[in-house]
Amino acid sequence: MAVATGDAVRWVELSAEVMVAEREHLTKLDSAIGDADHGANMSRGFQAAAEKLSTAPPAEPAAVFKSVGMTLLSKVGGAGGPLYGSFFMKLAEPVGGIEELGPEQWAAALRAGVDGVRARGKADPGDKTMVDALLPALEALEAAVAEGASLRDALERSAAAAEQGARATVPLVARKGRASYLGERSAGHQDPGATSSHLLLKAAAEAWG
Amino acid sequence: MKKLINDPERVVQEALEGIAAAHADRLRVQVDPHMIVRADAPVQGKVAVLSGGGSGHEPMHGGFVGPGMLDAACPGAVFTSPTPDQMLEATKAVDGGAGVLHIVKNYTGDVLNFETAEDLAKGEGIEVESVLIDDDVAVEDSTYTAGRRGVGGTVLAEKIVGAAAEEGRPLAEVAELCRKVNAEVRSMGMALTSCVVPHAGSPTFDLGEREMEIGIGIHGEPGRKRSELRPADEIVAMLVEPILRDLPFESGDRVIAFVNGMGGTPLIELYIVYRRLVQLLDAAGIQVARNLVGPFITSLEMAGCSITLLRADDEIIRLWDAPVNTPALRWGA
Repeated sequence: MAVATGDAVRWVELSAEVMVAEREHLTKLDSAIGDADHGANMSRGFQAAAEKLSTAPPAEPAAVFKSVGMTLLSKVGGAGGPLYGSFFMKLAEPVGGIEELGPEQWAAALRAGVDGVRARGKADPGDKTMVDALLPALEALEAAVAEGASLRDALERSAAAAEQGARATVPLVARKGRASYLGERSAGHQDPGATSSHLLLKAAAEAWG
Repeated sequence: MKKLINDPERVVQEALEGIAAAHADRLRVQVDPHMIVRADAPVQGKVAVLSGGGSGHEPMHGGFVGPGMLDAACPGAVFTSPTPDQMLEATKAVDGGAGVLHIVKNYTGDVLNFETAEDLAKGEGIEVESVLIDDDVAVEDSTYTAGRRGVGGTVLAEKIVGAAAEEGRPLAEVAELCRKVNAEVRSMGMALTSCVVPHAGSPTFDLGEREMEIGIGIHGEPGRKRSELRPADEIVAMLVEPILRDLPFESGDRVIAFVNGMGGTPLIELYIVYRRLVQLLDAAGIQVARNLVGPFITSLEMAGCSITLLRADDEIIRLWDAPVNTPALRWGA
């Protein structure tokens, strides 16, 4: 199994469905330590991204990622828009011109995406952000690929690591984003950005598994 | 949730339609993407001043568009920063050939989106400078946070910088003045009640009947501490002392003193706050050169107030007094 253009589109469509379904949950998490807009922004952003793909179907997976990146970057707002926008723009970079992505190519794309988020948001692991789900997911993916795992296995291990990473944000004290203003009071709540990152990687495992 | 709205999803859109209808003489409102610009924009040869941010803080920023203040405002969704595509469109709409100043409140989302917009605008050959406003002294530990937030000082900066742009000063000077205002201004706020974000439908935070939050942000972000409700005079002291200590303001300083309502506090209470503020400043030997009292940077229906002090020299006072003609601030014009 490899990721072709249609699979990449399917991932985005599934992500849009998941963000709509999880909208209230993300809003609730964001109300606790942020400004209650993450659920609305993610569902609006991914719906817009999926809609754009249906009106202008891209030719290769990298073009799908780039289209989603542009939509999120220019039309979503909040911190999530530019950060997830950068994530998708960067996913495209190492895999331009490749029609079907195997595990190694997806790992290279995800590495670039996670690096992009870190460069844009200047967050380190443990700051209670998206990075706390994305980085473990990337490391699990790379480990699985190094062991020669199938794409399906690698994606599942990656999604599981993202989930664990998101859960592990609960006791952390936020150092970036609006939650950082809470200081110690941000501990005890799961980070909404790490949560949406897990949802996204879980959707990839489902779409491509 | 009890709100005077039709549909939580259409709050910003319908408010913009109302602003367009109310102020057609001064403003042009564009719906896609959302922006409010001066009716006579672009003003040839003048530096344009643009700001933007999440909606829910009205009259900021849209209410400050007009001669003597902003050339354009980009409203985002409620409490959500606007997007680079609208900032770019607005930048292009107001650029009169002398460049555009972006005034950005220091919030993660606003900063990320304005950075992207600045890159896009420069890519199209427009000269852009950005200045961050971060005047909220409630954020103490800026090493371990996203840094101090932009709050009440933004209103004063937009007025003063807008006046300088109106005088025909070049972009570099206007940006430098904006940095100077930001360096000389400090604010702190407090809340008696939470706000309710329309699409969330429930209070952003819970405050007990006898509680208050000192150091609140304008999106309901918590501040320094939650404590038992006190009389207004004591609350004013809790806000003023950290402000004075931070800059620090000193005996002999002249200031523009701004008492801001958070949206749900009546003017009668803001004057009680202002009364005490003047007493405390008098006692500290600080002279109030100019003042502003009222709801200008709000947080939906949150009850509470913020205090902003700007150390003002002759230039700042002269620019403050210069004519301004916007829906929310108007004098001399």
